[in-house]
Amino acid sequence: MHLLAIGTRKGLWLATSPDRRSWEVRGPLLPMTEVYAVAIDPRRPRLLAGTTSPHFGPTVMTSDDLGETWQEPDHAPIAFPEDTALERVWQLTPTDDPDVVYAGTQPSALFRSDDGGRTYALVRGLWDHPHRDDWGAGYGGQAIHTILPHPTDPDRLTVAMSTGGVYRTSDGGASWTASNKGVKAYFLPDPYPEFGQCVHKIARHPAAPDRMYLQNHHGVYRSSDGGATWDSIADGLPSDFGFPMVVHPHEPEVVYNFPLVADGERFPPNGQCAVYRSPDGGDTWTALRTGLPDGFWTAVMRDAMCTDTATPAGVYFGSRSGSVYASPDEGESWHRVVEHLPDVVCVRAAEV
Amino acid sequence: MKITVLIPGVLRPAAQNQSTLELDLPEPTTLGAVLDELAGRYPLLDRRLRDERATLRRYVNFYVDGEECRRLDGPSTVLRPNAEIRILPSVAGG
Repeated sequence: MHLLAIGTRKGLWLATSPDRRSWEVRGPLLPMTEVYAVAIDPRRPRLLAGTTSPHFGPTVMTSDDLGETWQEPDHAPIAFPEDTALERVWQLTPTDDPDVVYAGTQPSALFRSDDGGRTYALVRGLWDHPHRDDWGAGYGGQAIHTILPHPTDPDRLTVAMSTGGVYRTSDGGASWTASNKGVKAYFLPDPYPEFGQCVHKIARHPAAPDRMYLQNHHGVYRSSDGGATWDSIADGLPSDFGFPMVVHPHEPEVVYNFPLVADGERFPPNGQCAVYRSPDGGDTWTALRTGLPDGFWTAVMRDAMCTDTATPAGVYFGSRSGSVYASPDEGESWHRVVEHLPDVVCVRAAEV
Repeated sequence: MKITVLIPGVLRPAAQNQSTLELDLPEPTTLGAVLDELAGRYPLLDRRLRDERATLRRYVNFYVDGEECRRLDGPSTVLRPNAEIRILPSVAGG
């Protein structure tokens, strides 16, 4: 069965399909909570959701029965030390070790779970980084929103935050290095600082860990050296602004993007809904629009696009306006899974 | 001294489905001390009411004998014997 988890500003919806063409949609689950992070670990299977209630605060919920029931520990699964409080969980990232799950939070911090995502401990090395006082907040808040574990070395990890940029560790999180060389921060006096960039999303394929892709707050980049340096791949896109960046599940050079006109005009060009795909690591791009609407005066957020792991690959995205689209054929054609949901802020897909 | 805490329906699952909690605390005591006592018994309830700094959640109200605690001394509000604390979610959400 194909499962698509849809996190929105007012709850979680689950769409299931035998063929990725007809969908049964269930929800709202965890109603009236903002679900900015969702993860599916198909090995158990386990669903993980980072939720925030406007009344009762943030938490991490887990479900081992595909959303029928949800559990959380009595004590806060993620809690800050000292005079800081968790505001939101932006990312939940399972790893090759089923017990190890990372969480990225607002304010910017990384947490690690060793019990399959139920409880987490602060990664002190990044929290104590001397840059932390100078990390800023974008409109969405100051958060670590992307976590990329290395596919073969569990001591290596890459994270991205807005604002702050990309940081890497090679010693299990004890020390971290800013990794933004070549990424522009047009909103700062020095447009190429060591850190401070507003990186919206980074992605990579496990089979090519040195090849990384980055959607910036203006700017689309790739790295061929594991994030040490970045080069623009924006030339073939209609705009270098947007939020998501997604890599094909089987082809490390195939990447998906959803361009918006600009920081000051956060709509797809001409209101035409279009996913852009590159077959060659960003050298060239093609608009994929078959089945997608015009008059799409909305946007796709940083975690609201994903792939599954099937063959051919499925690609999925959701909009601020509450519509979710799916492609069962790598983006060649699209159909709507559901509409009229609250703002979609994250989607994740898996076979369970 | 005895203190009564009234739990709203939405939070009762975090308090073993009780609507009323009776506490007996040494005098003098404060709203914050009552919440600390509750935290020891019902940690899930506590984190619905306060964050990890023990700051009251912005959209949860704590009426102490009918007066919202932020109009008094907040968590430092000193309670009279047999005080009643009514916890109510405030207007929030979109």
